[in-house]
Amino acid sequence: ATEGMVVADKNCSKIHYISSNIYCCGAGTAADTEMTTQLIASNLELHALSTGRLPRVVTANRMLKQMLFRYQGYIGAALVLGGVDVTGPHLYSIYPHGSTDKLPYVTMGSGSLAAMAVFEDKYKPDMEEEEAKQLVRDAIAAGIYNDLGSGSNIDICVISKNKLDFIRPYDVANRKGERYGRYKCERGTTAVLTENVAHLEIEVVDETVQTMDTS
Amino acid sequence: MEVGGARLPPPFWAGGPSPGAAYSPGGIGIGAGLRPYSGTLSPMVTGASVLGVKFEGGVVIAADMMGSYGSLARFRSISRLLRVNDSTVLGASGDYADFQYLTQVINQMVIDEELLGDGHSYSPKAIHSWLTRVMYNRRSKINPLWNTVVIGGFYNGESFLGYVDMLGVAYEAPTLATGYGAYLAQPLMRETLEKKPSLTKEEARDLIERCMKILYYRDARSFNRYEVATVTEKGVEVEGPLTLEANWDIAHLVSGFE
Repeated sequence: ATEGMVVADKNCSKIHYISSNIYCCGAGTAADTEMTTQLIASNLELHALSTGRLPRVVTANRMLKQMLFRYQGYIGAALVLGGVDVTGPHLYSIYPHGSTDKLPYVTMGSGSLAAMAVFEDKYKPDMEEEEAKQLVRDAIAAGIYNDLGSGSNIDICVISKNKLDFIRPYDVANRKGERYGRYKCERGTTAVLTENVAHLEIEVVDETVQTMDTS
Repeated sequence: MEVGGARLPPPFWAGGPSPGAAYSPGGIGIGAGLRPYSGTLSPMVTGASVLGVKFEGGVVIAADMMGSYGSLARFRSISRLLRVNDSTVLGASGDYADFQYLTQVINQMVIDEELLGDGHSYSPKAIHSWLTRVMYNRRSKINPLWNTVVIGGFYNGESFLGYVDMLGVAYEAPTLATGYGAYLAQPLMRETLEKKPSLTKEEARDLIERCMKILYYRDARSFNRYEVATVTEKGVEVEGPLTLEANWDIAHLVSGFE
């Protein structure tokens, strides 16, 4: 997570829970992605209780886009929504102004071109799970190493009909280096020639006690 | 102490700006800043990305063959690669008119050098160095050549790949890409080179072709016809026009937006 040109959080979690079978990756304004996904997750849970069914990805998509459109792009949330429901696996990209795309592979954020280049190069329909995980890892890695707005590690969330793998981290792409030596200067490194302790004579003129209102 | 009507203060220097008046620095001669600006304000016919990759024994650079007029695909069979001499090639993106002017200047330079007949020819490093100075001096006069240039060559047994842009920013690297290529192609090129730092000619050609395809997929101002120039100790080989085979099979997986 970046704050201008400074890294604010070196290891923030960008894969947000929407429901047990639906997760959403958020790019753009961090507060917007967090709060928007939380709101829709909450409403979707209530909706699921009302319908008595497992929530569908298209429902989350519709709820997200209707909210984002209502705010005319002022909520800077660029989302990649994915999940598996009764109708099968689905993947959407949702833009801050509220448009959505339903595609086999999507990327969002400042590193999206680097990641998309990897997808366009290596994507094939009907890949195996391990192959797909490696491809997604390579796409995020392209963003990490070539985009200044991306960095640190790679998290992956694999959603299938009968299992959910939230792998954080999947790949530690940037390990913090080990410091080679101790650079502390021991006491005595700089010789103290003379020491002069001067007490500040403070006269207590007045003392009042005011109790704090803790009612 | 003078009391009376407020008089306009004199200009800062002879023929210079007066406070509050419009002034744009740059240009030569006295009063140049006061004259209306007459340089390249914005590019007209533009070329998209240029890619370059070094390999064992040479370099290969590629550029598509289109000149866009804004969002119009105006000229679809123009060459954006220039063969300078037997050891150097140059590819330009940005304003095509400025590239044509540059071509004229460079070709004349090469002729003049041949006329000298001293057995020397411009090395790719020399061309790169010269062009850097030209581009930087033009930008310093606020009249740039609106181009980003990739210079590739093979001289004295060493491959050369250099970049110069309209600001005079210049550097060398094992892989280069201008424009959208920097965002789409560079990550792929760097990944390939990281796995295998020294490529063969075929591998480099292959990499360039993969990257050109991805640019055609994702750069809205690119085109599927392109040229490739390879420079080795044997000289310059310009292949083209080549056509990219795009795979649109995933179209079958896309239906609607929800």
